[in-house]
Amino acid sequence: MRFTLNGVPRDLATHPAARLLDVLREECGLTGTKEGCGEGECGACTVLIDGAAVCSCIIPAAQVEGAEVTTIEGLGTDHPLARAFMDEVGAQCGICTPGMIMAAVTLGPRPSLEKVRTGLAGNLCRCTGYEAIYRAIRKPPVAL
Amino acid sequence: MLRDEEGVVPLAGATDLYVSLNFGTLESRRFVNLWGLRPLRHIGMQGDRLVIGALATYTAIIRSRHVQRRLPMLVQASREIGGVQIQNRGTLGGNIANASPAGDTLPVLAAADAVVVLRSAGEERRVRFSDFYTGYRQSQRRPDELISGVEVGPIEGTQWFRKVGTRAAQAISKVVMAAVRSPTPRIALGSVAPTVIRLPRTEAALGSGAGIDAAARILESEIHPIDDLRSTSAYRRSVASNLLRRFWSDSGPG
Repeated sequence: MRFTLNGVPRDLATHPAARLLDVLREECGLTGTKEGCGEGECGACTVLIDGAAVCSCIIPAAQVEGAEVTTIEGLGTDHPLARAFMDEVGAQCGICTPGMIMAAVTLGPRPSLEKVRTGLAGNLCRCTGYEAIYRAIRKPPVAL
Repeated sequence: MLRDEEGVVPLAGATDLYVSLNFGTLESRRFVNLWGLRPLRHIGMQGDRLVIGALATYTAIIRSRHVQRRLPMLVQASREIGGVQIQNRGTLGGNIANASPAGDTLPVLAAADAVVVLRSAGEERRVRFSDFYTGYRQSQRRPDELISGVEVGPIEGTQWFRKVGTRAAQAISKVVMAAVRSPTPRIALGSVAPTVIRLPRTEAALGSGAGIDAAARILESEIHPIDDLRSTSAYRRSVASNLLRRFWSDSGPG
């Protein structure tokens, strides 16, 4: 399977029916992407395929052939959204956080509350009650 | 491959099939991956018919100006399917093929009098959507056929859609209704019978000027909801009846 992972071309001999989530975590060693429900409900495993948010737990590896995959690691170690999540305490246990951030990066800068609610409807958090997460996503980016 | 080998399941966006696979409830383990068949993603007009390729995702449907203009109730239904992640991957053809009585686009296609286009190695044929399902999770699609798309003719009247579930996003419908208000009203319901259904007697009553109370009583006799993990028969019956009333007052001439 040939695809681009966080900007780097990869060629893996992976089973075509393997879940993208397992390919990322076990074959590529990128454990930032988490498994929550394993059925596309909770969004913890959200990654981007060609810029669109998807649940990697229900993506067959064969469907990633030729695509560009971005995981939380692809955002680098000092992404403004990650910092906003820390500043606003938008994470508690942290399992949902990478998926929340990956869904949030597709919303563009300073999204409306309505847009955030809709855009993150597929990301569940059982700790925070969401308010801190929404604040973090709507926060204006701080200049580096 | 579909013609020559048994037990091969066509795989589109995988948003249903991979859930079953992950939970070990899927019998087949052999798939034919359709995702790369780009021509089946196309949404466009052929004459006065709206043609939606089977691999059009919900996101593509939501964004399509053709669908927004011709079939706004399908845009509404697509917005309430899953979350963004599912909308980016799930396809109209997959929703049809999965054949769940709770599929949210299915009442829309039923109320729109859509036609399903089926293609095999040897032929292409068209089946009216209202004739497509033959029983619970059973359809007229033969194992050697793929759903290539749907066609929808012009619709006169006001389109209406409403899903009732635990939550707007990610929840499977308890009851889902799509309807068209016109001199010959069309009403379709999901999650109240083994397949999505049209309500011909309720439609005829409303079309001939019966009052909404009489029509709602007919509706209650026309559906066969069950108790299951998502809801009860009694709740579904009263919600379906309330949805009819809501449709009628929302779409009314005022």
